[in-house]
Amino acid sequence: MLKRLRQFFRFPGGIHLAHRKEASSEKAITQLPLPEKLILPLRQSAGATPVPIVKAGDKVKKGQRIAAAEGWISASLHAPTSGTVRDVGDYPVAHPSGLAAPSIVIEADGEDAWGERQPFLEQTATEYARQVFNPERVQHYLQDMGVVGMGGAVFPSHVKLVKAPGIPLETLIVNGAECEPFVTCDDRLMRERADEIISGLIFLTELLGVREALIAIENNKPEAAVAMQNALAARLESVVHHIRVVIIPAIYPAGSLKQLVYMLTGKRAPIGVLPTQLGVQCFNVATIHAIWRAVAHGEPLIRRIVTVTGDVERPGNLEVPLGASIADILRYAGMRGSADGCLVGGPMMGFLLPHGDAPIGKGIHCLIARSPQLFPPEAPESPCIRCTSCAEACPQGLLPYELYWWSRAGDFAKTQRYHIHECIECGCCAYVCPASIPLPQYFRFAKDQLRAAAKNQEMADQARERFEFRQFRIEREKAERAEKLAQAARAQSAKRAVEQAGASSAPPTSEAEAIIAAAVERTRMAHEAETIDPKPEPGNPA
Amino acid sequence: MEILPAVLVMALGALILGAAIGYVATRFKVEGDPMVEKINALLPQTQCGQCGYPGCKPYAEAIAKDDAAINLCPPGGDEGARRLADLLGREYTPLSAECQKESKAGVALIDEANCIGCTLCIQACPVDAILGAAKQMHTVIAPFCTGCELCLPPCPVDCIEMKAIPQTPENWEWPRPARKVPVSLIKTPVDIPC
Repeated sequence: MLKRLRQFFRFPGGIHLAHRKEASSEKAITQLPLPEKLILPLRQSAGATPVPIVKAGDKVKKGQRIAAAEGWISASLHAPTSGTVRDVGDYPVAHPSGLAAPSIVIEADGEDAWGERQPFLEQTATEYARQVFNPERVQHYLQDMGVVGMGGAVFPSHVKLVKAPGIPLETLIVNGAECEPFVTCDDRLMRERADEIISGLIFLTELLGVREALIAIENNKPEAAVAMQNALAARLESVVHHIRVVIIPAIYPAGSLKQLVYMLTGKRAPIGVLPTQLGVQCFNVATIHAIWRAVAHGEPLIRRIVTVTGDVERPGNLEVPLGASIADILRYAGMRGSADGCLVGGPMMGFLLPHGDAPIGKGIHCLIARSPQLFPPEAPESPCIRCTSCAEACPQGLLPYELYWWSRAGDFAKTQRYHIHECIECGCCAYVCPASIPLPQYFRFAKDQLRAAAKNQEMADQARERFEFRQFRIEREKAERAEKLAQAARAQSAKRAVEQAGASSAPPTSEAEAIIAAAVERTRMAHEAETIDPKPEPGNPA
Repeated sequence: MEILPAVLVMALGALILGAAIGYVATRFKVEGDPMVEKINALLPQTQCGQCGYPGCKPYAEAIAKDDAAINLCPPGGDEGARRLADLLGREYTPLSAECQKESKAGVALIDEANCIGCTLCIQACPVDAILGAAKQMHTVIAPFCTGCELCLPPCPVDCIEMKAIPQTPENWEWPRPARKVPVSLIKTPVDIPC
């Protein structure tokens, strides 16, 4: 039944990794017991940080909006459970820096009571029947529901629903590749909630009017592919005729956007071009599930499935509310004493949690308890011999050894010429490097240096502009003042001329001027009289 | 007499070329010194005046005229001096002693409770980043502040202080990877024979 439906295009580079998924892939999704306290970092998506609309002491219901999206590329944030807002302040977040960021702390009341829900499809049931959607309404609805990409990049989903002008959207890709080792949350989601994913996918294909939709699943997840195929088969042929399940070879990083698009469509996005501009759009399976929960059930994005694996007693896939503590989740899964840290995200692209705890965010799909047995200490770095293994492994077709060379030398302009911004930090280069050089770390360092330099340059340009304008303004004000003084002097002399002329015989031109002239004449006469013959003051004999 | 046509041809050629050069010189005349712009682009534009010139551009002009050293700019730091040396083909010299204090990027903050509205800081700000009016409270427009500290001395009530820009996950930078060089300790014999 599951035949390979189409030819796929093999992207250059990539590596074959041990999947290591068996520990958690057969464990059904279970719910994490509701934590007592949830810490929700405000910034949970790419773009602008939403603005909190609750304050300490406020009672919130489950699903109530607690931070409003700011601008277009931004998504709202909601309370994952009912309770009381305890604080709005800085708390450590799951970030390689280990720094604190503005967060909202909610103390759960244990009731987990939903607030009012307004499913989009109920609001517009008649429109849905007629299959006429207003894409803008859907976009705003999803922004309000805080739906973002759940594959890790956390890009607001509503932005991806905006079509590139003039380019017909041909293919919608559902990313169920899950190419990183250990991670199984999307696998379980597809096995257990295939029907909801298909519903969401039908909604999206109708909304976007795409010609075909492809559900890409790596060949190490046959059960998920069967589940998706069965869910498709249960639908009316006329509704799902353009949707296909495509099994792709498990080559890391097949789940990366550009690689997946190339694999399925043969379209290769040039540097700086988004797949949208090629008529392709891509959503993660979990994102599509979240979109369906939002439009059909009015549920904002307040929970997600996280794979907990590695050095734990009970590896599995937990559905956790956002803001749950990572340390609590690891304790719940039974982290062994031999574990010496926690990897957030997959083993290839994730990072080591710098301190013991941080809250779960919308983009965290996997927690791996690290132990020396699972992740033996890396061999010491030795000099690069320019063997070019990294260039062969790079799925983006870059030259990592050159990037490394210039990053290490601190010549970041050169790294730009070797297209460092095209690097997706997948880690293939470091994986194959015989010299054990941590290449992606060098690239992240170089990228951040470039970003900081660009920001400084922007600030300097702005400062120069403002300084030059200030100089110009001071000059202008000086000139204006001089002009004003000159004008006043001119007026003074003109007045004097008029006075003298008035004293002689210049005929007044108008009544008002005549009155003024008369008044001037009177005072002059009085003055003269005063100076010639001062009036005797009363009581003062002359 | 045979030489005459040759002389005439050369003279005519010289005349035409001379006219062309004269036209181009007036038509494409470069206003100002292009070197000043290049130097100015490398300066950090804090307009702080720590170099002894009343702004980055005057300093750039002085450098272009070879009146000033290239190591007088503390906000630009060593990196800035190096880039200037590269541009001008001069020898790199480390920051001069009085500029050794590399100023940290910061933002001025006015203690609004103590501000008396004297407008002195507004007049001192080289980038018009302070907003206010006479006898009204003033405030710093933080995104425009270059951290030059020029508003600090004129304030009669000392209500301005420099705040460091806090580090957040957004502006945090990945550190340079530490190169781990394998070191193995060799046990030395207790008594080394002499």
